[in-house]
Amino acid sequence: MAATVQTVERTSEPPRLRVGERLRVLAAHREILANLIRKELKVKYAASVLGAVWSLLNPLVYLAVFTFVTRVLDSGVPNYPVYLLSGLLAWNLFSAAVTAGSRSVLDNGNLVKKVAFPREILPLASIGVALVDYLLQSAVLLVFIVVTGYGLHLPELALLPLAFLALVVFTTMLTLPLAALNVRYRDVWHLLNIALIVWFWVTPIVYPSALVQDQLAGRDLLGFLYFLNPMVAVVEGMHRALYGTVVADGTPVLFDVSLGWLAGVLLAVLVASLVLLRLAWGAFFSRSGDFAEEL
Amino acid sequence: MTAIEVQDLSKRFRVFRDKPTSLKQRLLTSHARPEDFWALRDVSLDVHEGSTFGLIGHNGSGKTTLLKCVAGILRPTAGLVRQRGRLAALLELGAGFHPELTGRENAYLNAAFLGLSRKDTDRAYEDIVAFAELEDFMDNQVKFYSSGMLVRLGFAIAVHVEPDILLVDEVLAVGDEAFQAKCLDRVREFQRQGRTIVLVTHALDTVIEICDRAAMLDHGRVHAIGAPADVVREMRYVLLGVSDPNFVPEEGTREAEIVEVQVVRSNGASTGPILRKDRFTIQVDVRQNEPVDDLDVDFQILDGATNYPVLERRTSQAGFALGRFDKKRVRFRVDAFPYEPGKYWITIGLSDRSTGHLYHVQTQRYLFEIVDAPRVQERVDVSVEVEVEDL
Repeated sequence: MAATVQTVERTSEPPRLRVGERLRVLAAHREILANLIRKELKVKYAASVLGAVWSLLNPLVYLAVFTFVTRVLDSGVPNYPVYLLSGLLAWNLFSAAVTAGSRSVLDNGNLVKKVAFPREILPLASIGVALVDYLLQSAVLLVFIVVTGYGLHLPELALLPLAFLALVVFTTMLTLPLAALNVRYRDVWHLLNIALIVWFWVTPIVYPSALVQDQLAGRDLLGFLYFLNPMVAVVEGMHRALYGTVVADGTPVLFDVSLGWLAGVLLAVLVASLVLLRLAWGAFFSRSGDFAEEL
Repeated sequence: MTAIEVQDLSKRFRVFRDKPTSLKQRLLTSHARPEDFWALRDVSLDVHEGSTFGLIGHNGSGKTTLLKCVAGILRPTAGLVRQRGRLAALLELGAGFHPELTGRENAYLNAAFLGLSRKDTDRAYEDIVAFAELEDFMDNQVKFYSSGMLVRLGFAIAVHVEPDILLVDEVLAVGDEAFQAKCLDRVREFQRQGRTIVLVTHALDTVIEICDRAAMLDHGRVHAIGAPADVVREMRYVLLGVSDPNFVPEEGTREAEIVEVQVVRSNGASTGPILRKDRFTIQVDVRQNEPVDDLDVDFQILDGATNYPVLERRTSQAGFALGRFDKKRVRFRVDAFPYEPGKYWITIGLSDRSTGHLYHVQTQRYLFEIVDAPRVQERVDVSVEVEVEDL
């Protein structure tokens, strides 16, 4: 039995989030999180012979197909597979985490109704699953970059951790309130799926970012709106870190900005996401007491 | 020292006729008012550290809602719950079990939800497997388990959780008799270790047997609280629909006495549901304290919902004259009970055949349940007679 006896009081007051205390509670329940992530991964690859290899196959096929396709059709971007994948993997992490995460409380309704545990764990597990996939697939991309002799660009690579951090925090910030909202209004998830389609195309993933800079030159309002999208900064950060060259073989590919400027924007995204995460988490937390009732 | 303190706890559920689950519905039906349903109303009770507390009441009386409020799954509408010590709630066996995972993987997942660390689970694992009697099946996916196996695994994990306070909702009523006995043993062990237990159950005899205190809930309010025997008696009155406090469950002059009554199923068990149209035996052990010449033993079965008598028989009808004796066992064998599935009461009476004088009557004291199909989709013992004939 526990050496110190903890006293817990439950009242009608919706709980208020105290970050430090809540983090300790989450840390105490980390095994549930780990088990849930493990479960999701196992279920995903249950009864499949290759298992996690399927996850690795996905980027491999992309790389192979686009290496071949760009030989035949000129995409206008040298080394297009590296460009595409460096942004696409980040996007996949984002969209997989947000889509699964926003459904997580709903999908685990039976658990929520029958077991007391910190509800944040459910969306966090969805993010965790997407993260595992992302890390596996990024490894494939890195191996490709090294093996094909494309090479890593050293000062640029330093952007990777910052872009990654901004991506994860931004994703979490968005997932938590969507998961809470989706419990009451199931529209949220459908709306999200539509929004993600649009969002994908207003983010420079398949087309070169330089193209956008070109098109938006002189249209200040439109340009401003375009760059309000945090995923633009995240994806461009990934491009810069992994693809590395602003102008490749005389073709402008990436935004023509300095490394420092891009780092600054990423930092701004990170800080803004952190501030909003505090609010989003608070909203999720104060609603989480009613999930069992609303499901 | 109190382990759980509940003060004026109320819980209101908003019941929407058609709950808006989309924005469109929400916008179009802004005038639709929810109806209030109070699942708990001003409930106050204390559970002392190291004691075992029984919660009884009808379905829908608020027992589970109370447990969920104490466990922190539901937020109270008013009032307060104070809890001292680590708490684990068993509201469902095998919460989070996933059919695609193996028994082993599910055990670890479920144990984590119940608050067991990986190390604790590692240590208890062999024990869990042995308790569940699933040694050969732990590496199979649980989608291939029978429901009986699932329940056993769920319970085996549950009893290996070692919290200060354990909330148990109705999960003791699973498995066959031997397994139930094992579960009760485990509860006793918990009691010896000084843990606090709150038990929701329909098994009134269990409450008397293992609880230190009990409360009966009725429509969300505490109807009775105190010694288990008193609360259970109150519950039996209410179950019978007897608002008359003069209802006498037992009467008679006791020259002859009912010692024991058992409802023996066709498989020999004396608890558990009875299959409709299955054979069962009402077995009455009778003792004569003073010589009685013309004893008549009778039973009456009453529909549990309506209290309407559906079947009665006396030994004299069957032509028995019991005469003087010390102890005798009377068996009423009922072949193929045709009535609707549900609960049935049994009243047993000892009377004088000629004068009708009552020696001992136990009114609606015994309860059994008739079900249509086996509740657990396991193999059921079906006796098959084989005959071979020369042609």
